[in-house]
Amino acid sequence: MSNPLFERIERDITADDVVLFMKGSPVFPQCGFSATVVDLLGKADVSFQSYDVLQDPELREGIKAFSEWPTVPQLYVKGEFVGGCDIIREMAESGELATLFQEKGVKTAA
Amino acid sequence: MAMAEIIKSKLEAALAPQVLDIDDQSERHRGHAGYREGGESHFHLTIVSDAFAGKSRIDRQRLVHRALAEELKEKIHALSMSVKAPGE
Repeated sequence: MSNPLFERIERDITADDVVLFMKGSPVFPQCGFSATVVDLLGKADVSFQSYDVLQDPELREGIKAFSEWPTVPQLYVKGEFVGGCDIIREMAESGELATLFQEKGVKTAA
Repeated sequence: MAMAEIIKSKLEAALAPQVLDIDDQSERHRGHAGYREGGESHFHLTIVSDAFAGKSRIDRQRLVHRALAEELKEKIHALSMSVKAPGE
């Protein structure tokens, strides 16, 4: 991979266990879907690193190309793409999200 | 053609769905980023199709994204979906 932006994203998604690319910040989400994922991560008691794509047009397009996924938010756990809002919500409701964090060894605050 | 009609015809061609519901939720986002006068920017899809059987959540959504790739580039600002195989 010689794309510097992709290299940066690769570093970002592996620097922290749980990484959320979103619109706005966890305190002030700028989109309902991003707000939902922030809320679900809070309920799961995991801490996460977020990146605001609205502050960074290059990242906004880059993360879509990197993940081959056309929408934001996007959640990564241990460097692996998990999904967007619909998927995170379904996984939270079914208990799969908690299982994923457990299996991946992500620490929860609880 | 209205965006909902375009979505309908593309998804029918790509997925032959048993259930396809297209909900234009654009008005709920009036005043938010991405809202356009006239709507047709925010959609929620409910799809039941044999094409999803045995596929992961990510792969299912990718099938939908691929079918609507052109529209997702600019015209559709937000797309959420519930995608299931028959019997789920």
